[in-house]
Amino acid sequence: MSQTSLDIAQLLAGMLLLVSFLMLYQDRLSALINRYALQAIVLAASVAWQAYTQQAAHLYVTAAIALIFKALIIPLSLHKIVKKLRVHRTIEIIGGLRITMALGVFLTALSLVVMLPATTSVNAIDREDLAFAMAVVLLGLLMMVTRSNVVSQVIGFMSLENGLILAAAGADGMPLVVEISVAFSVIVAFIIIGIFLFRIRERFDTVNLFELDRVRGEKR
Amino acid sequence: MILTDIIVSNAVIAIPAIAALILVFQVDYRRSAQINTIASGVAFVFSLILLMKGKETNDYLFVDDLNIVFIVLSTFIGFTTSIFSASYIDFEIGKGKLNSNNIRFYHAMYQIMMLAMNLALLATNIGLMWVAVEIATLSTVLMVGIYRSSEALEAAWKYFILGSVGIALALFGTILVYTAAEPIIGEGYNSMVWQSLLAHADHFNPRLLNVAFIFLIIGYGTKVGLVPMHAWLPDAHAEGPTPISAVLSGLLLNVALYSILRFKMIIAANSAVISPGPLMILLGLSSVLFSALMLYRRDDIKRLFAYSSIEHMGIITVAFGIGGPIANFAGLLHMTMHSLTKSAIFFCVGHITQVKGTQKIADIRGLTTSHPILGWGLVIGVIAILGFPPLGVFMSEFLLVSSAFAHQPWIAVILAIGLLIALGAMSNRLIGMAFGEPNHSEGAVRASVLPLYIHLLIVLIAGAYLPQIVVISFQNIAKILG
Repeated sequence: MSQTSLDIAQLLAGMLLLVSFLMLYQDRLSALINRYALQAIVLAASVAWQAYTQQAAHLYVTAAIALIFKALIIPLSLHKIVKKLRVHRTIEIIGGLRITMALGVFLTALSLVVMLPATTSVNAIDREDLAFAMAVVLLGLLMMVTRSNVVSQVIGFMSLENGLILAAAGADGMPLVVEISVAFSVIVAFIIIGIFLFRIRERFDTVNLFELDRVRGEKR
Repeated sequence: MILTDIIVSNAVIAIPAIAALILVFQVDYRRSAQINTIASGVAFVFSLILLMKGKETNDYLFVDDLNIVFIVLSTFIGFTTSIFSASYIDFEIGKGKLNSNNIRFYHAMYQIMMLAMNLALLATNIGLMWVAVEIATLSTVLMVGIYRSSEALEAAWKYFILGSVGIALALFGTILVYTAAEPIIGEGYNSMVWQSLLAHADHFNPRLLNVAFIFLIIGYGTKVGLVPMHAWLPDAHAEGPTPISAVLSGLLLNVALYSILRFKMIIAANSAVISPGPLMILLGLSSVLFSALMLYRRDDIKRLFAYSSIEHMGIITVAFGIGGPIANFAGLLHMTMHSLTKSAIFFCVGHITQVKGTQKIADIRGLTTSHPILGWGLVIGVIAILGFPPLGVFMSEFLLVSSAFAHQPWIAVILAIGLLIALGAMSNRLIGMAFGEPNHSEGAVRASVLPLYIHLLIVLIAGAYLPQIVVISFQNIAKILG
């Protein structure tokens, strides 16, 4: 693989991570959804580039799914949900912005420190991809634990899955079964989440999980 | 001949699939409960045929010494639970807690869950197994939320989110294993197949395998319910229908554990990797201690036994973490005994909560007087799960503690402390529920006691006498596990 195509792949993977950071400090729901869409576009580009350099046609399918489903359909429906639920106000970030960002930087550094020495036998493009992918996964996790709002937790989870797809696309010749299943599980997950969101709204008049906490525990 | 071979080897997958399709269109709930039971029973028969036939492999499915034990166990408990489920559902319909549409959905999901679990156990490759575990998770999430009360929805939501995160981390671990295998085995399907992974594991990049195993044990460990990733488990057990609590504890936790065991075999085959044992022992011991302490504060009967499941999964994880022929044997035996006993307890608990109309331990009193069958069933079940001699759990715990003592005495000490704390907490609760003056009951229930008796009988017999064939097969597996 030429140096240029390697550089492009790394650039795209790096951009994916960058968007993760953008999402991490975003405290408005609609803006967060837009940034998720942006991340999906970057992911699609990154996967398509992998498809081109690896000459693996099936990866174009994964890229198309990312572009159509994740960058278009999901954000649109999320916007709709947010509008319907009237929750597009500012959402609180647990632990505060500064600590969250510091943790994000720490997790990214951790991914690089762990993954780069561990992947010496793997070719260069996979190494960087895996390190970035792990960082995106961990940042997605961080986002899920620092948000009290159901919608932004869901976005955190989907961002985490973006990291997974980056890793799967980077692994040379990983069978198609996996990518399709990943995409498929996202669809299923989204449907279920949708159902749950509406049910939760029905029951509680809120999508704030702290409000849900009061029903937890041992009653009945 | 070849055709029958194909039928047999795919039956435990195909039967639940066909049954699920039929059940989706079956409106009459009594009929659908029958279909559910029959399908589960037929699947169990086919698992026995698989057991007779022994090893075999095709492109996607394979049978070996390790997974056949899991298959037989899970189709068996799937079958007995479906019998219990029929009478449980009957009562819930009568009470108007569930309608026939809920039931249609429930039965179809039950079969899909059985399909997914059998597929996860039989899958030849790590990708297919991951997909199957994911399907099993989603189908149980939907069943946990079936009552649609706010508690049930919250439990299902929590289970869904934590389960998905776990499964996502497991996928990352799976990708890392593929990345480690790919330079050695080559691109494509073969780098995901258990046998070829195992055969070449010694040449994989050890550092990559280290990272992979951490993701895998955290990921699948979430599904096993290991502390600190256990938060979904008590809620899901307490708020879902009781048959689902029985299969969650009896089967799904085992399936997740099975995937950890398979990966552990690969990791252990590479001499340069950090041993997976200590990490498993650490997670296991913390689960045992934490859940044993939590047992004291429970006042919900299903939650009580859910925490007990965490404790026992911890014990099993410690056993496999220690490794070696005796500890592995103890782990397998304990897993089998725990599955049988805990599902029996949940059969009991399901009917008890129905006759008492509550899950609150304080409101359940004097069961042995008012409902002798359920009451004594519960007493025997709890005695069995606490590991009193001569029941099956005692044997496995005894083996484990003694082998832990030989390995590292402090492990045995912590285990023993955890077991004793749990003993105190559970027997305390049990005495209140089982004995004394009985209190008000909501009404009679047509209990299905057959599954309960069968499970308890097996546990009782296994404590006194283990058939030679079981001993030999467990010894073989213990050897494979290393």
